[in-house]
Amino acid sequence: MLIHILHRLAIALCVAVTVSIVSFLLLHLSGDLATAIAGSEASAAQVEAIRVQLGLDRPMLSQYLDWLGRAVQLDFGRSFYFQADVMQLIAERLPITMKLGSIALLLATVVAIPLGVLAAIYRDTWLDRIALALAVVGQAMPSFWFGLGLILIFSVTLHWLPVAGNERWENFVLPAIALAYYAMPAMMRLTRAGMLEVLGSDYIRTARAKGLAKNKVIFKHALRNAVIPVVALAAVELGFMLGGSVVIESVYSMQGLGQLAWDAISRNDYPVVQAVVLIIAMFYIGLTFLADVINALLDPRIRIR
Amino acid sequence: MLPQGMACCALLPAFVPAPALAGKANDTLVYASDSEAPNISQYHNNVREGVILAHLIWDTLVWRDPRTGDYKPQLASAWKWESPTALVMDLRQGVQFQNGDPFTAEDVAFTFNYAVSSESRVITRQNVDWIKSVDKLGDYKVRINLKQPFPAALEYLAGPLPIYPGAYFRKVGLEGFAKAPIGTGPYKVVSVTPGRGVSMVRNGNYFKDSPQGQPKIGNIKFVVIPDPETRSAQLMTGAIDWIWRVPADQAESLKSTPGITVQSGETMRVGFLVIDAAGNSSPHSPFKDVRVRQAVNHAINRQGIADNLVRGGSKPVYTACFRTQFGCDDKVVVHYDYNPAKAKELLRAAGYANGFDTDLYAYREREFAEAIVGDLHKVGIRARLHYMKHDAMQVEYRGGKAPMTFYAWGSYSINDTSAFTGVYFKGSSDDIVKDPQLRQWLETADTSTDPAVRKTNYAKALALISRQAYLAPMFSYSTYYAHSSALRFQGYPDELPRFHEASWK
Repeated sequence: MLIHILHRLAIALCVAVTVSIVSFLLLHLSGDLATAIAGSEASAAQVEAIRVQLGLDRPMLSQYLDWLGRAVQLDFGRSFYFQADVMQLIAERLPITMKLGSIALLLATVVAIPLGVLAAIYRDTWLDRIALALAVVGQAMPSFWFGLGLILIFSVTLHWLPVAGNERWENFVLPAIALAYYAMPAMMRLTRAGMLEVLGSDYIRTARAKGLAKNKVIFKHALRNAVIPVVALAAVELGFMLGGSVVIESVYSMQGLGQLAWDAISRNDYPVVQAVVLIIAMFYIGLTFLADVINALLDPRIRIR
Repeated sequence: MLPQGMACCALLPAFVPAPALAGKANDTLVYASDSEAPNISQYHNNVREGVILAHLIWDTLVWRDPRTGDYKPQLASAWKWESPTALVMDLRQGVQFQNGDPFTAEDVAFTFNYAVSSESRVITRQNVDWIKSVDKLGDYKVRINLKQPFPAALEYLAGPLPIYPGAYFRKVGLEGFAKAPIGTGPYKVVSVTPGRGVSMVRNGNYFKDSPQGQPKIGNIKFVVIPDPETRSAQLMTGAIDWIWRVPADQAESLKSTPGITVQSGETMRVGFLVIDAAGNSSPHSPFKDVRVRQAVNHAINRQGIADNLVRGGSKPVYTACFRTQFGCDDKVVVHYDYNPAKAKELLRAAGYANGFDTDLYAYREREFAEAIVGDLHKVGIRARLHYMKHDAMQVEYRGGKAPMTFYAWGSYSINDTSAFTGVYFKGSSDDIVKDPQLRQWLETADTSTDPAVRKTNYAKALALISRQAYLAPMFSYSTYYAHSSALRFQGYPDELPRFHEASWK
């Protein structure tokens, strides 16, 4: 088990370093940073002054190593745009995204697992078809479009919920639904597939043959095994929601990490972009690692491989 | 299951408080925009949202009447040119900053001497670069020393140069000032929250003789809402009262929404193509031939783009400036009519009977750029569109790689031709033409104190730019405002919403 964990840890570290290199390089390839920071109405002299002031005239490797050295101490420098400590900006925004992500994940799980179970039990019935149709629509529909649709119905037409902001609990309802609907299909389909596989297995047939109650067979014997991969997926989905909330936070004007990332990208505020990319990647890597460990604990065959 | 779910939905409103805090009932005008100033100090940001806030929080020495263009005393009570490089100003007495500090000559001297110093890290340097220093001549008298004659000085003093409280700024520094700014203006800042917005209350102590009048609305709140659809939805639900830069199509649908008023108006921003007349992009560039550049001017359907794409009051433009700017003489330039046949004839005469392939770079309003590409194709100029981010395009343009570039320039709302021609024709890296004769005329126009001399030289320069077709000026921009019908609001061409003038109906 220890070897398995160490092996996974090494892979996670490699991914983290790769992410840091790629995010660093991509930003430099996206145009001249000094020009971007100076803005559309700046003169060439202003651009040059900014280049020197921010050390953008130094060799790329030196800039990268310098940044990485500070990043491991959680010092990401100052935002070019906000002129504030990057870590402080992230600390202010992260709780909003975590809250949104957690609510959305909970919502997705609460809907997806029962729906997946029901779809498997009532396979090829109207219930199954509705569940699959919901999953297909959820996967195919752009999240911003769905988000705007919710605004149109529940805010503009019915006046039930606010359109934007993150000050009150009701601000989280629509964005959480929009985000959850995007995450729900994968979990629902995995639950359904898992349940179908388990329900057709010998031990379930044996349980049924022993005369156990239907509910006991489904929820105690079948579901326990079927949801193992769903638990792992949920962990990864949370990571995905942290990164994928950019669009939803923008639509609902929530000042979370996703919105910060979007603002920073559009303004080429690259200390912020690099920090956000790295932190989201770390969460993602951490959650994937956690899922690996959970899987190994639940299924001994994985750690033997 | 379903009926229960519906019941839950039906009960939901009982637990959800009404989100609206904006509006007449609360005497709170909430306005929204897509971005915010990184630093609220006007000397330390170059975004329009910063300019709007600055006009609410601070006053300038001079005030330009947006209706007549006349300069009137604001924090200065009178002024006199002592010499072409020295402007002496008497200051208004009895004015107080919002923290109770009296406004004096000390504050004017501090503000400008700080702004021109290297440690100030001022971003909008071109707005202050004409100032050499400021001498305090008395408690209410200052002399502004210029580096060289600069006749547009009053225009700048009336625009992007607010006066800060010297003692307070020295105490709190730039960082403290950005968090808790103090001015003499009609509104006082309550809070500045990066990423969210700025809250202000009416300055009850605003000096009564201000030429811009007294603020009428009790509270003003600026909020940042990046998504245009969300901004519209917020307006429709009454959570905010005012939005702008509404896309033309969205404005049309908002017009039919009860309780919302949509206004539109022409702005000073001009859309134009810069043409690589010097042939930097290629030694064999067709654009080295003036006839080809003139053909480009004839090929573009300015009226069609203004009427069908830009809309909202946009008009065709033929000058390298906006018509209200001092020295912007529309009569001296060639009015290139939309004439594809003539464009083809010019191309044939230049040896391009079958047209040619080229590149057009653009960074904003892709639909406008595509319309231009379409017009050019009709006469045989097969332009490939390179649509990219501004900074990436700027590198291509300044590096001399762009044969044609689609730009838009708002002149910082400075009502003087120098704010346009000075950028594109006076030898900076944005000047890809580098015509020495042009530069000389502009230098004379920009530094003469005689208005007649200025006008003559701008006229010569604008005529030459037009004859040589260094640019293809195309159209003025417009902006759509949408706001609560309960709000009385008036827009101006300088793209500066003046909320201190706004009131409830």
